[in-house]
Amino acid sequence: MNKLKALLNWVDERFPLTANWKAHLAEYYAPKNFNFWYFFGSLAMLALVMQIVTGILLTMHYKPDAGQAFASVEYIMRDVPWGWLIRYMHSTGSSLFFVVVYLHMFRGLLYGSYRKPRELLWLFGVLIYLCMMAEAFFGYLLPWGQMSFWGAQVIVNLFGVVPFVGPDLALWLRGDYVISDATLNRFFAFHVIAVPLVLLGLVAAHVLALHEVGSNNPDGIEIKKKKDPKTGIPLDGIPFHPYYVVKDIVGVVVFLMVFSAIVFFGPEMGGYFLEQNNFIPADPLKTPAHIAPLWYFTPFYSILRAVPPLLGSQFPGVLAMGLSVMIFFLLPWLDRGAVKSIRYRGLIYKGALAMFVVAVLILGYLGTEPTNLWGQFGSWLGGADRATVVARIFTVIYFLFFLLMPWYTRIDKTKPEPERVTS
Amino acid sequence: MRRLFFAVLFAPLVAIASGDELQLDRANIDSRDAISIQRGARVFVNYCLNCHAASAMRYNRLTDLGLTEQQIKENLMFTADKVGDPMTISAGRKDQRQWFGVEPPDLSVVARSRGTDWLYTFLRTFYRDEKRPSGWNNLAFPNVGMPHALWQLQGSQVLKTESEEHDGHKVEHKKLVPERPGSLSALEYDKLTRDLVNFLSYMGEPEKTKRLQIGIVVLLFLLLLLVPAWLLKREYWKDVH
Repeated sequence: MNKLKALLNWVDERFPLTANWKAHLAEYYAPKNFNFWYFFGSLAMLALVMQIVTGILLTMHYKPDAGQAFASVEYIMRDVPWGWLIRYMHSTGSSLFFVVVYLHMFRGLLYGSYRKPRELLWLFGVLIYLCMMAEAFFGYLLPWGQMSFWGAQVIVNLFGVVPFVGPDLALWLRGDYVISDATLNRFFAFHVIAVPLVLLGLVAAHVLALHEVGSNNPDGIEIKKKKDPKTGIPLDGIPFHPYYVVKDIVGVVVFLMVFSAIVFFGPEMGGYFLEQNNFIPADPLKTPAHIAPLWYFTPFYSILRAVPPLLGSQFPGVLAMGLSVMIFFLLPWLDRGAVKSIRYRGLIYKGALAMFVVAVLILGYLGTEPTNLWGQFGSWLGGADRATVVARIFTVIYFLFFLLMPWYTRIDKTKPEPERVTS
Repeated sequence: MRRLFFAVLFAPLVAIASGDELQLDRANIDSRDAISIQRGARVFVNYCLNCHAASAMRYNRLTDLGLTEQQIKENLMFTADKVGDPMTISAGRKDQRQWFGVEPPDLSVVARSRGTDWLYTFLRTFYRDEKRPSGWNNLAFPNVGMPHALWQLQGSQVLKTESEEHDGHKVEHKKLVPERPGSLSALEYDKLTRDLVNFLSYMGEPEKTKRLQIGIVVLLFLLLLLVPAWLLKREYWKDVH
């Protein structure tokens, strides 16, 4: 035992091991009133680690070559021992990573976790989300199926409509005049090295920023304001280790149960996690009748399709789609509410948030379907697609949630916050 | 068995609905029925594997179905030399494009892209059409390049379009009627196509049976793990007030 302690001392004199253990785990004080919504931060970390580990294993057998990519995925599914499991873990993991992160972001909206002093923490989070989108987009080309190919075609062409520099930008991204072997090679490089490196750096920054300011909680009050005068420890804080470590283990097991149920019993998830058309090898000469991105992009895809072209240019739609993601950066400065948590907000904010959730869900659903889904209106509305009109209405609601926020959060009738956290 | 019988019996009745969207017949395959998959494999190598390849599928993989490598070599391998070879074909891609207008697609994962019901319907809805270069057309895949490879078994059908007035609208019914009988009865042919679709489904994901079995074990393990995880949490959190 003494030898072990001596070794630890030896390390501590050369590297802040014990100091870091204390700062980030054993003496990091988190509010004791975390609820269900607070599982998703650690679960996102787990999902990230799983994607990296399964991704490394897939890289050992996958061939980033337009002539071999599709076959190499089937080779992994059949001839590589346990390859099918690794591949399904990776494909299911990517979708569940988005599920977890969307719930994590929604938690932020519920309890005002982006408000002062956590603005930077939020910005790092939005950057992580952007990286995830890039990572998912690049990765989706790799199986080289029909949806991989045509999805990449659609998204890269979006960059092509940017005024002046568009066509050159699209060419620069593809590395060719069409989606080709050159595109596959560079997307592979982005997917396995470039984006994950940035992602890991941002996750470190996100966690460091969190541990600098301390966690928010469902009451939206600062536990650091009430400290034990003797020890200087927040009265409502408990050490992350062991309390939240053992609690998060329960969350991890439940998450793994959901994850395994999908991996083993329905890895296609009815076409939402693995699309049927992606089991057809990419064919540049055959455009599929209906091209849809995977579910986690569909709210933004709906917004893209909903915005009408201007002077024959699709740029307004592309701009709206870009803004619909970028607007999350502004959230900390749009919210002027007197309180942070939904528990003490008034009816106006609750109503606005509910409308926003409905808008995201409906836009998300519409993005998976063709625009003629519900038929057309009669001539009185110019025979417009019903689904497009609905998507336009909810696109407006989506943006109003953010744009009107400075106004409605200020006039909202809030309740007084408690002095100490409630259980 | 009885369910299968009824499914076969009523399948033709629900076959073809009106409108431009075709109502698919239910394939009702049983992925645990290894004998059915074996029979399907025999149909596949005899009738499909001349024009279509299944390059992701190795012959010796069929040992999954309870066959020995010797049996596979003697009964199912016509074009390959080694039992570990994939199911490839010798027809040239250029030739095929000239013959059919398109290259016949690789069928390794066709059941995953098309779905088993579609395949079952497709294989049973070929009809004579003099306007097509091959002389054949298909209800599930209009203007398909492929001729009816199983016509000697099924016989030939022709398309009858009946229109009727319905609430003032004209509704068209498409119906296939037998023209010349094949060597199999309609019932036997349905059974043969079901076996074939069962094989295609197996070939789309040979590991599926194993996946489902392991899944149950994994979920049971996690369920057991949940108990100590929960107890540990409860024990630690006793002193949080």
